[in-house]
Amino acid sequence: MTLNSRIPTGPIEKAWESTKFNMKLVNPANKRKYHVIVVGTGLAGGACAASLGELGYNVTAFCFQDSPRRAHSIAAQGGINAAKNYRNDGDSIYRLFYDTLKGGDFRAREHNVYRLAQVSVNIIDQCVAQGVPFAREYGGTLANRSFGGAQVSRTFYARGQTGQQLLIGAYQALERQVASGQVKMLTRSEMVDLIVIDGKARGIVTRNLVTGKMDIHIADAVVMGTGGYGNVFYLSTNAKGSNVTASWRAYKRGALFANPCFTQIHPTCIPVSGEYQSKLTLMSESLRNDGRIWAPKQLGDKRSADQIPEGDRDYYLERMYPSFGNLAPRDISSRAAKRVCDEGRGVGETGLGVYLDFRDSIQRLGENTIRERYGNLFEIYERITGENPYKSPMRIFPAVHYTMGGLWVDYHLMSTIPGLFVLGEANFSDHGANRLGASALMQGLADGYFVAPYTITNYLADTKLEKVSADHIEAKGALENAEGITKRLLNAKGKKTVTQFHRELGKTIWDYCGMSRDEAGLKHAIGKVQELKEEFWKNVTVPGSGSDLNQQLENAGRVADFLELGELMCIDALDRNESCGGHFREEYQTSDGEAQRDDEKYSYVAAWEYKGEGAAPALNKEPLTFEYVKPAQRSYK
Amino acid sequence: MATAAAPNSKLQQSLALYQSTIGKKYVVAVTGAVLFLFTIGHMLGNLQIYLPNAQEALANYAKLLHASAELLWAVRIALLTCFVLHVVTIAQLYNLNRAARPQSYVMKTPTMSTYASRTMYLSGPILLFFVLYHLSHLTTGATHPSFVEMDPYHNLVTGFRQPMASLFYIIAMSMLGLHLTHGVWSMFQSMGFNHPRYRNGLRNFATAAAAIISLGNISIPVCVLLGILGKDLV
Amino acid sequence: MKLTLNVWRQSGPNTPGKMVKYDLPNVNEDMSFLEMLDVLNETLIAKSEEPVTFEHDCREGICGSCGFMINGKAHGGFPKTTVCQLHMRHYKDGDEIFIEPWRATAFPIVKDLMVNRSAFDRIIQAGGFISVPTGSAVDGNAIPIPKSNADRAMDAAQCIGCGACVASCTNASASLFTSAKIAHLNLLPQGQPEKLDRALKMVTVMNEEKFGSCTNLQECEATCPKGISIENIAIMNRHFVEASFMQRPAMSEGGAG
Ligand SMILES: Cc1cc2nc3c(=O)[nH]c(=O)nc-3n(C[C@H](O)[C@H](O)[C@H](O)COP(=O)(O)OP(=O)(O)OC[C@H]3O[C@@H](n4cnc5c(N)ncnc54)[C@H](O)[C@@H]3O)c2cc1C
Ligand code: SF4
Ligand code: FES
Repeated sequence: MTLNSRIPTGPIEKAWESTKFNMKLVNPANKRKYHVIVVGTGLAGGACAASLGELGYNVTAFCFQDSPRRAHSIAAQGGINAAKNYRNDGDSIYRLFYDTLKGGDFRAREHNVYRLAQVSVNIIDQCVAQGVPFAREYGGTLANRSFGGAQVSRTFYARGQTGQQLLIGAYQALERQVASGQVKMLTRSEMVDLIVIDGKARGIVTRNLVTGKMDIHIADAVVMGTGGYGNVFYLSTNAKGSNVTASWRAYKRGALFANPCFTQIHPTCIPVSGEYQSKLTLMSESLRNDGRIWAPKQLGDKRSADQIPEGDRDYYLERMYPSFGNLAPRDISSRAAKRVCDEGRGVGETGLGVYLDFRDSIQRLGENTIRERYGNLFEIYERITGENPYKSPMRIFPAVHYTMGGLWVDYHLMSTIPGLFVLGEANFSDHGANRLGASALMQGLADGYFVAPYTITNYLADTKLEKVSADHIEAKGALENAEGITKRLLNAKGKKTVTQFHRELGKTIWDYCGMSRDEAGLKHAIGKVQELKEEFWKNVTVPGSGSDLNQQLENAGRVADFLELGELMCIDALDRNESCGGHFREEYQTSDGEAQRDDEKYSYVAAWEYKGEGAAPALNKEPLTFEYVKPAQRSYK
Repeated sequence: MATAAAPNSKLQQSLALYQSTIGKKYVVAVTGAVLFLFTIGHMLGNLQIYLPNAQEALANYAKLLHASAELLWAVRIALLTCFVLHVVTIAQLYNLNRAARPQSYVMKTPTMSTYASRTMYLSGPILLFFVLYHLSHLTTGATHPSFVEMDPYHNLVTGFRQPMASLFYIIAMSMLGLHLTHGVWSMFQSMGFNHPRYRNGLRNFATAAAAIISLGNISIPVCVLLGILGKDLV
Repeated sequence: MKLTLNVWRQSGPNTPGKMVKYDLPNVNEDMSFLEMLDVLNETLIAKSEEPVTFEHDCREGICGSCGFMINGKAHGGFPKTTVCQLHMRHYKDGDEIFIEPWRATAFPIVKDLMVNRSAFDRIIQAGGFISVPTGSAVDGNAIPIPKSNADRAMDAAQCIGCGACVASCTNASASLFTSAKIAHLNLLPQGQPEKLDRALKMVTVMNEEKFGSCTNLQECEATCPKGISIENIAIMNRHFVEASFMQRPAMSEGGAG
């Protein structure tokens, strides 16, 4: 398959402007004749559905939660970037573009990233107008902070709940359209298949999670903003319901899946406490501004933190990266913590943890200042662990947090199936091999408010769409396929619960396709995941029926897809013989243990194509060219 | 989807307001405020019983109140209207609120609400009953053993010498105290006045006013029973 | 530790439900309440029984999915804590725990501990937004907002729509939820054009959805996991009454409607 990324020509600064100008438009009176389906109403999908409704399209939106207000975007804490340069500290669109590209270790498309930086400024304006209560200075202007190691203060925030406030803004805009009748919102509905007719995305099959009923929905275009797939690891900072099902079933219908192995591990999460653990909690990265990370120097040092004298402590980030110290980027900090624990110097009962210590800053600034800055985070920590972080250091460990990979999309955010648009974390687009802090919210909203509404209009105006009905053979086929999956799950009647399978899968992927990977491990993991998948279909137990609310059944369908995705992640990781961003291959590192990119051979997007049950997926490459920013080795020493 | 068109005439507006739960709460608060002021005035009037020449003072006070029949009846009607509105509106809210949770919890533990606030539906009806009794006892004299027109001092003292009557007054006035502790604070909140700076102050004011009113009134039957009041009446 | 759970089981909205007793022998004190229920469910599945349905998603106290009554208190009654953030160290060996769904006419039970809270969405649809179509915004700094206003708006905006306020209120009133949104938007300059209309419409729909009335009990504030203040209810009352008297009829070409 040849991948046409539809990157505009001409100077990058004008590229989006001229693309917009050259787009076809739909006459206002005709818009309501078009029916667009939006699956997922997080930041990306919610913003898009609201904007399409405002434009006058006839929109049906879906989410699996009971309300669009609960999408996983709500959990984002830190903030959202925008190149406003309100601080006068030298920020610019170009700098945000540059930082994002470099942060992504040069595995993203220049034009997409530039556009993202451009529209970032509109996002803040739009959100303020919606009533998002961003933090303010006493003079009444918007406040900013620096985040994730950026050298400028370009992050806008609403306390520790930025994602919540942005999502509520989008949700309210969406509900306004629901009230006006432009958008029909179907909650507790899970997309279980994509309907492709004459090569174009023409609808979806959904399962009503309350009644179990499967329905066919036909449309002129389908938009997916269904989020990331971090839950393939079982334990992650994602919400429990986050899943890959929508993306995966679209993949099986012909959409390519790009860079599945690019996952981000966040360095500061609360460590696992036991077998029963169901998810991991992120502690905002901002803690690293004042906390010092360390581990004992001696192997298996079982003394409590306050018994370990200064001389026996290893402030390893400060030691290894003197200029960035505790603020080294996420992938680097995470890997360093893993190494320390692999050496047997980890702390806590499990040995999987390092200290994040505020002793020195409390001495320097006083407990009150620390409380002012991080009070709510300290509270969360204490609530979960029962330990007081003012007295003893926090224990932290890296956890899966974000997935850069996703369905392949072109500059118009359209997948390889015409008419299927993919937005937000679900697509692979803008973050390359590593995402900078506070950039996911920016991307989701950029896609949803400011990109997709234009490109979808262009698609609709430019495409001849035959009239199709729910009786179409392809639609019926998709419905039967989805019903078949449910039946198989219910009929397996085995011995192991869905969660047991999910845990095993998660552990395998974490061990072999997590913070660091190598050839032997990946090969082993592929075999193991295949075995697990086989066992799953024979030995899974799903109680209850398919004709009412059945959370085990929902989960089983999601885990079935994770099992297949897990294998593809390992295949992708094995294929990429280099280290870049979140993808660290043990075999490819510099003499001092840093990621070694291979721009000669691997400067491409790996887009995988489904070739049928049991067949190996085919690799399609989209070469990446860098006209504006020349790839350089990242260095944070 | 529900539609909420803006009402057109003033009357419609008021009716729309009354149909909403907030409007009803306003009515309860405003009528409550009037009744609250009345209880203060009434108590101050009662306390004249502690004056040295109480019998005369109270008789004069009664004469003063009866000076203009028109005014007296105007006030009575106003009070009655407030009272009826207060009670009827609350009854409506009560039904609404029962309907909002037809199935009750197997276990429900209060977290923050006060005893007073939770017992409004108990203290309210007791007070309603009390008011009826009180009117027949000391206003019309129908239930009084030896009622003398325009001699409140006599009526009070002889009335309170009956322990059962006094006991009922004491219970009712305790209920009034409880009712006002929540009611007075609640009145401000319902009418939209709540500010972190004054929140505690208002609470304390409500509690103090309630305590003064109920204790002031309770002192009278207690003193009569103890023989402190009414020594001059054999 | 060993716990005895009494859990409300109800297979559908129109079927009768009842409390069912379960013994759970091995509860770890570091588990969250929901993880404890996960363990219960795994044992139920192993016995081929139907697991307990309860709603959850983020398990971080922010999405508002989770929530039920524990021993008669919404979210268990610990300050500023949702059930997903409640840990078992607050309970002790041998405890008997009662678990029930939110109960309100406006929140019909879907299954077991799961209820239908879509009435909240409809309250928002009535006016819980600022009408500003994508692309029509001025620069973010064009309207300065005093920090204290922004902070108060943020205090109110933190509501996670969990429904604990309704559940804990003796009258099943949604006043705290509704007022939090009215206050959030009405305290900001951006919210002024629709201020009265918003109060009027949201309160009207709140009443139509069959929530009870506020009798100022403060149970909501005490169990709200985000500490939303009843000061917001006073603001709502004020704006609603103002709106009821001051609102002008809508103009024929659309106007505020
Ligand atoms: C703990 C945490 C903190 C974070 N903090 C930050 C931060 O500070 N700054 C930042 O920029 N980013 C942050 N991120 C990342 C960011 O929050 C996410 O990447 C982003 O919000 C994703 O938005 P989305 O719209 O793509 O997807 P989501 O918000 O995940 O929405 C997915 C939507 O799809 C629906 N859906 C999914 N599958 C289906 C299906 N099969 N059928 C129907 N509907 C479906 C869901 O119901 C939901 O509505 C954080 C992430 C986490 C986990
Ligand atoms: S006001 Fe509080 S209790 Fe009520 S829905 Fe919002 S967060 Fe939950
Ligand atoms: S599960 Fe999200 S708030 Fe509890």
